[in-house]
Amino acid sequence: MTSVIGAPNAKETRIITKRLRDRPEDSWTLDGFTQSGGYEAFRAALKLDPEAIGAEQVAAAGLRGRGGAGFPTGTKWSFLPKDSYPRYLVVNGDEGEPSTFKDRMLIENDPHQLIEGIAIASYAIGCNLAFIYVRGEFALGFERLVEARRDAIAAGFLGTNILGSGFDLDIVIHRAAGAYICGEETALLSSLEGDRGMPRIRPPFPAVAGLYAKPTIVNNVETLSTVPHIMRMGGSEYAKLGVNKSTGTRIFSLSGHVNRPGNYEVELGVTFRDLIESPELGGGVRNGGKVKFFIPGGASSQWLTGSDEHLDAPLDMDYVQQTFGVMLGSGAVMVYDETTNPALVAWRLAKFFAHESCGKCTPCREGTGWIEKVLYRISHGYGRPQDLDLLLDVGDNISPGLNAPFSQTTICPLGPSAVSPVVSLHKFFREEVIAMCQNNASALHVTASDSGTSDLGAG
Amino acid sequence: MAFTPENLLLANEIVARYPKTKSAILPLAHLAQDQDGYLTQDAMREIAGMIGVTPAEVLGTCSFYTMFKRDEVGRLVVSVCTNVTCLVMGGPEVLEHLEQRYASDKEVTIEEVECLAACGNAPAMQVNYEFHESLTPGSATEIIEAYKAGELTARGVSGGVAGGGQG
Repeated sequence: MTSVIGAPNAKETRIITKRLRDRPEDSWTLDGFTQSGGYEAFRAALKLDPEAIGAEQVAAAGLRGRGGAGFPTGTKWSFLPKDSYPRYLVVNGDEGEPSTFKDRMLIENDPHQLIEGIAIASYAIGCNLAFIYVRGEFALGFERLVEARRDAIAAGFLGTNILGSGFDLDIVIHRAAGAYICGEETALLSSLEGDRGMPRIRPPFPAVAGLYAKPTIVNNVETLSTVPHIMRMGGSEYAKLGVNKSTGTRIFSLSGHVNRPGNYEVELGVTFRDLIESPELGGGVRNGGKVKFFIPGGASSQWLTGSDEHLDAPLDMDYVQQTFGVMLGSGAVMVYDETTNPALVAWRLAKFFAHESCGKCTPCREGTGWIEKVLYRISHGYGRPQDLDLLLDVGDNISPGLNAPFSQTTICPLGPSAVSPVVSLHKFFREEVIAMCQNNASALHVTASDSGTSDLGAG
Repeated sequence: MAFTPENLLLANEIVARYPKTKSAILPLAHLAQDQDGYLTQDAMREIAGMIGVTPAEVLGTCSFYTMFKRDEVGRLVVSVCTNVTCLVMGGPEVLEHLEQRYASDKEVTIEEVECLAACGNAPAMQVNYEFHESLTPGSATEIIEAYKAGELTARGVSGGVAGGGQG
């Protein structure tokens, strides 16, 4: 595998974003899709042994889930119990991880590419009814998917006896209604069944008992949008892209204080510095400033700073996990320059997690609320010097040990995600936060005899 | 108000789409909200009857999801993001300006929402789930005024895409 670590002036490697960049005027239409090679991979796949698609192409490509967890897609498909039907494919299009905006782009601007990926995956796993769970706020994306499904049926790419193969497939496009937690796959299934979107204990895993207690594969939009290209290129050829076990390309949603925020599809293995500073990618920090810190992988990840060690780290899922305890997660990279108050960002993240906690597990339901309250007072001028340690204590009840990869006292990772900003403040901005609180403490004349400035850093 | 005859046809088509009827709660609630302007108790009772669950179960599900409004809202629901990218790009300023400007305007409901997946062009908002990005307080106001004047056509309160066209 080639590595492009440290490449100066890194550029995009457009595979799944090629069509929507090349022909923005009609990339979402059936004509635009078929005129640029669309549905050819599905046509070819229908002539193959279904089981070989997962084992010999998707697994060989090293494809890992693009939604957050990075689980190997071919392995996930192989977990389906034999001879148990019906089985379902559910597409996770509930993109809600703060600062992630790639799936919305793929849904709105290349819906047929997703449908082709669904069709190939469904054929590979023996599914005849697939569901796309689309985030409720994506009204345009929903319209585009409905239109694409209708056109695909009319053209014979969906329906019964597709292209004379004997394979049947229909897709239900399901519109959600505004709950971040439904991006967690078991919560998504609860929601799709018409219940409150609360996560379920695993096992049983969805592959064994998922939607309607039937074997179910849940895959992310970007993951499935990649499948047609793996078939087109061949799994082993696709695996030559990327670095180590992070093969291929990924779309990184770059936002915040950069000159050129946006979605960039790059070969895995380029560095954060490439992504943030390359003229054809992020174009550097605004106003010629410097990176104070950045959040790789979405709000749930711990943070990294503007140090050379962090900026020069490669976009390699395992490397950043093992070296820094952070994740590439959903592919969001939020950049903050030196004007930013990290406590304010941490508070806003905590507010998000407190709002989105589904309420099922006590440590998360109660803990996220307290983290939000304490971070509010720190970031709004009412903090106490010992507050950061108080937060770590609360966090330890949700994610014992505060380590990465995190442990959890909850069913799903939402609670531990709310601990990430706390641990990040502690790791990188402890002095800044405590200094902020010391100034508050004197300014506010905290008078309780056993509090105030006498026990700095205790706890 | 009960589903109109036209929407009732669509509602039945939506129910038939799912292996188990309860799955239709969310799409039916979107349909009712688009029709009535918010999700009324009557609508939840009607949905319960259509899919064979109790009205309490429909309420139990719908009350979990922020997009469903169980009290009257304005014709225009303006959702302003203040999450961590919009936070540092001016989202809170847009929100504060709009909240003050439309505080007594019954036609417009301003709400603060979580990340809308438009961070590349922050700050962002939606008007009835139509995206508007790269905002300033001034441009956000102009957009809302354009909807009020009919220069921009508003979607339904629930986005106007309750699930039609999948028959």
